Amino acid sequence: MTQSKSFIVGVAALVCVFLLGVLSERSGIIEEFLFYQEDIVYLTMQHITMTLLSGGFAIIIAIPLGVWLSRSYMSKWSETLMQPLNIMTTVPTLAILALSMSFLGIGTLPALFALWLATLLPIVRNTYAGLKEVPEFLIESANGMGMPTWKILLSVELPNALFVIFAGIRTAIAINIGTVPLAFLIGAGGLGELIFTGIDMDEMVMMLAGAIPVALLAIIVDFIFSQLQYWLIPRGVNPLR
Amino acid sequence: MIKLENLTKVFESQGQATTAADNISMEVPEGEICVLLGPSGCGKTTTLKMINRIIPVTSGRVLINGEDTTGLDTITLRRNIGYVIQQIGLFPNMTIEENISIVPKLLGWNKKRYLARAEELLDMVALEPKAYMKRYPKELSGGQQQRVGVIRALAADPPLMLMDEPFGAIDPINREIIQDEFLRMQQTLKKTILFVSHDIDEAVKMADKIAIFNSGKLIQFDTPDNILAHPKNKFVEDFVGTDRTLKRLRLVKVRDVMVKSPPRVRMDDDLKVALKLMVERDHSAITLVNKKNHPIGSVYRSIAQTKQGLCGDHHYGLRTIVNINDDLRTVASKMFSHDTTWMPCVDDQGVFCGEITQRGVTHHLAATYNDNDGALAELYQEGV
Ligand SMILES: Nc1ncnc2c1ncn2[C@@H]1O[C@H](COP(=O)(O)OP(=O)(O)OP(=O)(O)O)[C@@H](O)[C@H]1O
Ligand SMILES: [Mg+2]
Repeated sequence: MTQSKSFIVGVAALVCVFLLGVLSERSGIIEEFLFYQEDIVYLTMQHITMTLLSGGFAIIIAIPLGVWLSRSYMSKWSETLMQPLNIMTTVPTLAILALSMSFLGIGTLPALFALWLATLLPIVRNTYAGLKEVPEFLIESANGMGMPTWKILLSVELPNALFVIFAGIRTAIAINIGTVPLAFLIGAGGLGELIFTGIDMDEMVMMLAGAIPVALLAIIVDFIFSQLQYWLIPRGVNPLR
Repeated sequence: MIKLENLTKVFESQGQATTAADNISMEVPEGEICVLLGPSGCGKTTTLKMINRIIPVTSGRVLINGEDTTGLDTITLRRNIGYVIQQIGLFPNMTIEENISIVPKLLGWNKKRYLARAEELLDMVALEPKAYMKRYPKELSGGQQQRVGVIRALAADPPLMLMDEPFGAIDPINREIIQDEFLRMQQTLKKTILFVSHDIDEAVKMADKIAIFNSGKLIQFDTPDNILAHPKNKFVEDFVGTDRTLKRLRLVKVRDVMVKSPPRVRMDDDLKVALKLMVERDHSAITLVNKKNHPIGSVYRSIAQTKQGLCGDHHYGLRTIVNINDDLRTVASKMFSHDTTWMPCVDDQGVFCGEITQRGVTHHLAATYNDNDGALAELYQEGV
């Protein structure tokens, strides 16, 4: 059902792209575009690198953090600790970048830090919520069978929270990719360079040369994640299957 | 064998203390089913969970085969106790095969062995292994899930089983079927089982012993028949219900109440023989059997008195018969539906081996009330 829907949407998108292509060919935009080809490739790689670095580190840190907050010995503190996290997710990513810059100065590092933080929050939140949603009786049942605590976490709790955790990662990466262009504003490069310079110089094509790859990147990565979500999560705990 | 000694649990929450289990002592012999029975909140689950230490005890101890379990580490203790929770608790992320194999894997069985065991267990509850091994719990019906919950607890063949309302979440018809299936399995498995229920009928059906709880205290611990016949106090009496004697019908087998080797006549016997036998015993009818000793009809006293000839020519068809392994509930039901006060009893081959009468049934049920009253008992005996 959802699969066929997304297929239709995909086909529609391709048709639009094709029509746009025909239009732009006529108006000679394509040639202008090719002028930026080298920049596009270089900046896209930079963009992807920033996403991989900040997103990767965010996942590596966020999941253990979420797990830790969800442990029963943390129950007294976890809600209190989740509060600031929840508030921080409502802060616009641009503001996070600005704050990061005011503490760490300009350059790639503060940008990566801000991206990392913005990506971290949804994953921590979903990991925590997903684990808390695993019914108490499943854990009791596992305990009653004499499963050691670490094994309960690995083979009962995490698998049953996996769908929610994955949803968190998907959202977080989408935010990340959408935020990377802003990193240019604090001097970290990326496709934002074409977009913002294009805007400043009133160069429509230059702006599009940055915006279109960002959009494509976002669409492609989300598609990859939706496929991973569908196929990687076992049928027993995957509401999509 | 499992023995509870002064088990007590006091929950402290928000400065308030609740005594969920108050000095519970009881002993369940090897191979028996003990049903913990009582109203909601009386401490059944708490008592059960103190045995595998899901709930730590406040005081008291649990002995399994004479060994105090207080010193054992929880992991070892629990791997040797099968545990079925009320919510079934199958892991949604694992296939049926993986669910069943959990404890065997924890115990380090090799793959061939635990897979064979899973197949054997699925066969035991009539779930085709080929069709079910690779399914996920959500792809099974409620009753099937409950069956898997039970066999998962049996996987590593633990001598002791704790079952918290294992057949709770299921419709009455399927519940009867699963209960029967489970009792059949128990005949060969001979596990020691503690079984929580709040359904008196289930308890009477399953239990060798019933433990009745009320507000944390063990009120009465006895055989089902004694609980029904001699409730210790008003609470137990109310709990088992006003029809408690009717419930006892299920506990008694026909073979224990029937009159053995009763008189009979054959086709070629004279009616006079039949009449003589009936007069001797003051019966109003006698069973007619064929050459194989299968009951085929009855000869009535009124006929034998007024007619001449052979029994074969003056008999009536049988109203009904009953198997000696049936319980008295079946007998009562047949008596009501066939408007009769007696019937022949046959064994599995259909051979006539006894007769059961309404009088015999009521007398048997009443006997327990007159144990202390010899004179009355004798009166009854003469009357039959
Ligand atoms: N963790 C807990 N903290 C405080 N009180 C508890 C806790 N667990 C149980 N109790 C209390 O202990 C008493 C016995 O509970 P228990 O779960 O043993 O009842 P039960 O006989 O199994 O009832 P039911 O048939 O409803 O399952 C109840 O009054 C309950 O409120
Ligand atoms: Mg209970």
